[in-house]
Amino acid sequence: MSNVEPEKNEGEKMETTSRSNSLADIAALHAEKKPGSQALGVGLEARGIHAWFGQKHVLADVSLDFWSGTVTALIGPSGCGKSTFLRTLNRMHEFIPGAAMAGEVLLNGEDIYAHGVDVTKIRLKVGMVFQKPNPFPSMTIAENVLAGLKLAQLKTENKDDLLEECLERAGLWSEVKDRLNTHGGALSGGQQQRLCIARALAVRPQVLLMDEPCSALDPGSTLRIEETIGQLSSSVTIIIVTHNMQQAARVSDYTAFFLSDGGPGQMVEVGSTNEIFSRPKDQRTENYVTGRFG
Amino acid sequence: MSNISPVPQATPRKPWSATPRDRLNTGLVLASAILLSFAVVAVTPLKGKLAYFAIFFLAYLTLEFIVSFVKAGRPAAVDSLFKGLVTMAIAAAVTPIVSILVTVWIRGHKGLHLSLFTTDMRSNSFTDPVSQGGIVHAIVGTFLLVIFAMVISVPIGILTAIYLTEIRGRFTRPIEFLVQAMSGVPSIVAGLFIYAAILVPLTKTVNGIQGSLALAILMIPTVARTSQEVLKLIPGDLREAGLALGGTQWRSVAIVVVPAARSGLITAMILGVARVAGETAPILLLTGGSGAKNYNMFSGSMGSLPNYVWQSFSAGTPEAITRAWAGILVLLVIVIALFATARTLGNRKVGAN
Repeated sequence: MSNVEPEKNEGEKMETTSRSNSLADIAALHAEKKPGSQALGVGLEARGIHAWFGQKHVLADVSLDFWSGTVTALIGPSGCGKSTFLRTLNRMHEFIPGAAMAGEVLLNGEDIYAHGVDVTKIRLKVGMVFQKPNPFPSMTIAENVLAGLKLAQLKTENKDDLLEECLERAGLWSEVKDRLNTHGGALSGGQQQRLCIARALAVRPQVLLMDEPCSALDPGSTLRIEETIGQLSSSVTIIIVTHNMQQAARVSDYTAFFLSDGGPGQMVEVGSTNEIFSRPKDQRTENYVTGRFG
Repeated sequence: MSNISPVPQATPRKPWSATPRDRLNTGLVLASAILLSFAVVAVTPLKGKLAYFAIFFLAYLTLEFIVSFVKAGRPAAVDSLFKGLVTMAIAAAVTPIVSILVTVWIRGHKGLHLSLFTTDMRSNSFTDPVSQGGIVHAIVGTFLLVIFAMVISVPIGILTAIYLTEIRGRFTRPIEFLVQAMSGVPSIVAGLFIYAAILVPLTKTVNGIQGSLALAILMIPTVARTSQEVLKLIPGDLREAGLALGGTQWRSVAIVVVPAARSGLITAMILGVARVAGETAPILLLTGGSGAKNYNMFSGSMGSLPNYVWQSFSAGTPEAITRAWAGILVLLVIVIALFATARTLGNRKVGAN
């Protein structure tokens, strides 16, 4: 707990930097966050990921590293495999009947698909926020946040502290602190989504996967979620799938562009968000980010 | 909001509702159809209530068709014909049900009196005056039989539904098929099965628990199928959210899915109870029909409402027949109350308490 504070301060500093929209500022931010330059290590590495649904090859040979404490956006047109790729990173892919995959996903250097790995432990370290806000309907706000502890049978010394901390980090505490024991269903869509973020944070994940977390929300709620992402990024590695390119540009440090030409989806290009949006190397990326197709 | 501007006022109207002229038209069509049916019955050899109904419906459909055709053309006429057919189908479906309820009330309410619910038939015979003796033993018996059947079948039914919707193993399809087939098993078959499997080789006598076992066989498919439908309504991403938080499948089902479906599962349970509360055949075969209260499920003959009704009808005197109708009335009220409870619970939003 004690080392949370300085990180938070650092987070606020970075957040103020990324608030300003000038490209130079963003570039400066990336200079700070260059892999290996500081204490930032590679937290999660995807090596040659392929994915299939039945006979259909939907994703081919994606290798991508995610540096700790950064936000990576996955963009691309519908059906390019970016959500599938995201779901291979915490082994949610395997729940779809007929799903198959190839390749390795290394979390702290160890393959999460290795034989004998406890998959529930993987999902504790790599949390997930879904497209539609999905608080558990039978639970109160407080129970929702702490649901992960119950599901994974974790112990905590002080539930109230954890509850406040997670809701605070998700930017929801001030709005719900007086009604923690009411049902989550009464919250607005944006508040529900932040409740889901708080719920994901409560099991202290190292990585947080977000699958189009704002696609069901109005612009005001979207902005609040983006602020939350900015504040979280110092302490959690965030990987976000989004269809909204302005959002990718606003929240992410790195952007990967996925595309399918009718066959399996592939990663066309990855780079700092600044590069991808201002001087992409690949013509197809440029066409996409400038809105000429897709 | 009050400082924006005064709110402009307007009178609410319904420009789409029927005009007096439309109502007059409808009334005329109805009246002519009724008149025509009386006329036809009077003139032709067709007789009876059914004839009135049939001719009325035909006349109404034809007249309505013609009026709509003249007024608004062919599509409107076909539309009104379809509307008439649907109404007819509803009348055909509802008439027998209403008729049963009315008949049961008319014949049964004469047999209702306070002592019916305070005494049993230990020292009375079915041919005694209606005011003597009661059905406490039968109500107690029916409740005990149903509660034991529920205790046996609800866990099995809900776990089956969980297998079918959550685990979805290799046997999902055959089990689904079996459950569907089982819901068509005639109740006498369930009764005979317990008779052959338990009564003849083991107990060699009647008792309550044998009846509950037979009822449980009949309840399991209802509980399993209804629970399955309820669990299917729980959105998939709630399950995924449970798993994504590091829960095992079992904990995700127990902590997230089942609580979210709770009110629906209670409905499934009540529908199962309502399905078997009036079952007669297995009860007659397996539990006996004592006229005294029996609280022991494992020993002795046990009365029940269906059995009381059957015995009363068999006795045959006017007093006994009145008793039977009163018994049916009580049973019907219990079953309707159960269905109403199930509906109220089922209509609640998922997750609301």
